[in-house]
Amino acid sequence: MSDRVTVSKTYKLYLGGAFPRSESGRTYPVTDGKGRFLANAAQASRKDLREAVVAARGAFGKWSGATAYNRGQVLYRVAELLEGRREQFADEVAAGEGVPAKRAQALVDAAVDRWVWYAGWTDKIATVLGAANPVAGPYFSFSVPEPTGVVGVLAPQRSSLLGLVSVLAPVLAVGATAVVVTSQDRPLPAITLSEVLATSDVPGGVVNLLTGHTAELAPWLASHADVNALDLTGAPPELRVDLEKSAAGTVKRVLRVPTTEPDWTDRPDIARLRALVETKTVWHPMGV
Amino acid sequence: MGGTTELTDVTRDEASLRRFLHGLPGVDAVGIEQRSAGLATRSIKKASKLWAIDTAISMVDLTTLEGADTPGKVRTLCAKARQPEPGIPPVAAVCVYPDMVATAKDALGGAAVNIASVATAFPSGRSSLKVKITDTEYAIAAGATEVDMVIDRGAFLSGRYGQVFDEIRTIKAVCGDVHLKVILETGELATYDNVRRASWLGLLAGGDFIKTSTGKVSPAATLPVTNLMLQAVRDWHEVTGQHRGVKPAGGIRTTKDAIRHLVAVREVAGEAWLTPDLFRFGASSLLNDLLMQRRTQLDGHYSGPDYVSVD
Repeated sequence: MSDRVTVSKTYKLYLGGAFPRSESGRTYPVTDGKGRFLANAAQASRKDLREAVVAARGAFGKWSGATAYNRGQVLYRVAELLEGRREQFADEVAAGEGVPAKRAQALVDAAVDRWVWYAGWTDKIATVLGAANPVAGPYFSFSVPEPTGVVGVLAPQRSSLLGLVSVLAPVLAVGATAVVVTSQDRPLPAITLSEVLATSDVPGGVVNLLTGHTAELAPWLASHADVNALDLTGAPPELRVDLEKSAAGTVKRVLRVPTTEPDWTDRPDIARLRALVETKTVWHPMGV
Repeated sequence: MGGTTELTDVTRDEASLRRFLHGLPGVDAVGIEQRSAGLATRSIKKASKLWAIDTAISMVDLTTLEGADTPGKVRTLCAKARQPEPGIPPVAAVCVYPDMVATAKDALGGAAVNIASVATAFPSGRSSLKVKITDTEYAIAAGATEVDMVIDRGAFLSGRYGQVFDEIRTIKAVCGDVHLKVILETGELATYDNVRRASWLGLLAGGDFIKTSTGKVSPAATLPVTNLMLQAVRDWHEVTGQHRGVKPAGGIRTTKDAIRHLVAVREVAGEAWLTPDLFRFGASSLLNDLLMQRRTQLDGHYSGPDYVSVD
């Protein structure tokens, strides 16, 4: 045991590809399950959230315009980087979720596998969710899935890495951009994920991760007119109805998610991918 | 700084003009930047913010100065200028190239919006005086109620102040009652001292407004430069009793920027300048941001670019 003084960290937000402090200057302590101090996290304000939406909107054109193949490659590269930080993630998951080291390691592995799984979907979504529609006339009719836009994600509160990856990766796979409010009490794996994303090929602004109080940020995210879809997985149960109502005010797509957190180790399906695309159908004259 | 009579002496010949301009106090660059940064931190909230947004909207010179301007684009701009949003009074003016003035006049159809036209070989100002006069006459004949002229930066930087002065004075004579804004293009003047000299030169020669930039050069309007120009019009008022205006143009894109400028107007020049008659914003995308922020204030939630017109 060395007698070095512990370097306790004060983390920042991940916003538009940079790591700014909260505009409000606030931070809050993050503790493990037993109340022991782990680190300080930035406590985002509604203005940080507004900046995040602006960044996500700005990044949308480039990310949604990238070829599906390219998006897949970029996401696969992120999985490689996640793998490289396996130990760090495992420590953070073990401390934050209060699970044994072995179980934490398994959760991290599952998270990396989940990321790879979604990376593989990027160039298959159009085939599975799109169609060449049969028509009774001299036309072609195609239905093409397109990313919905900026997606607001309230990340799961309990599952700090596997849960986060399970809700974030599908957003990126379809070509949408994300504003994520991380787990309030267990934000450290999300912060490390932001460090991974910053050094990957995912363009700045495609993912914006805000640590802070979910109940404070959620209403502003739900009512923001420039957010196109909302994932309420990590929403406080008592707020959920109000959040859905204000989301309806600007006609957002609200994902159908269970009220209690599912078992994230279950085999995923494409429900999230389907929910985050809009289908565009075009008619095209034939034989000219 | 003496009185009005002394100012007439100043413009008697090139030597006295030079003596006066070089006799102006030097600008404390660190000081003016700190002062601007300090004013920029002021927090404007709630009712004051809404007032500031509405005031800023009424001060916008909605501008399109592109080679690709078409009559259609100018008509769209004018429609937006007349009514930025239902229930909001019009902006101060539209600002276009001289050949688009007639189209703008037609599209505005008597609405209370001024038509500003850039002139005098905008944006570089590199042509003969004859061409510059003709350019100005052309804009005014087409119906411009305000003329935004550029100074000859080449002459100014090589110290031919008399030439710049005469040119502004000549154009002012062509303008008559038409409002004249003198564009200093501060981004090309290199030093704050030069900005102060050019501001005084513009005021001495009879410009109704001094304007920071063409929008074609970066940096365009910055807070320290606007502050300097506000000091100049304030001092001018103290000496002569006349009110002259300031127009920062270019690079002001957000409501936050606009409000910072308004704070500077209030603190540096004074409350009397918080009117479209004495302060304008030369901008295009600023208006949309102002409208979005206005909606945020009224609706209680953030708005987005999908809810304002594309221009």
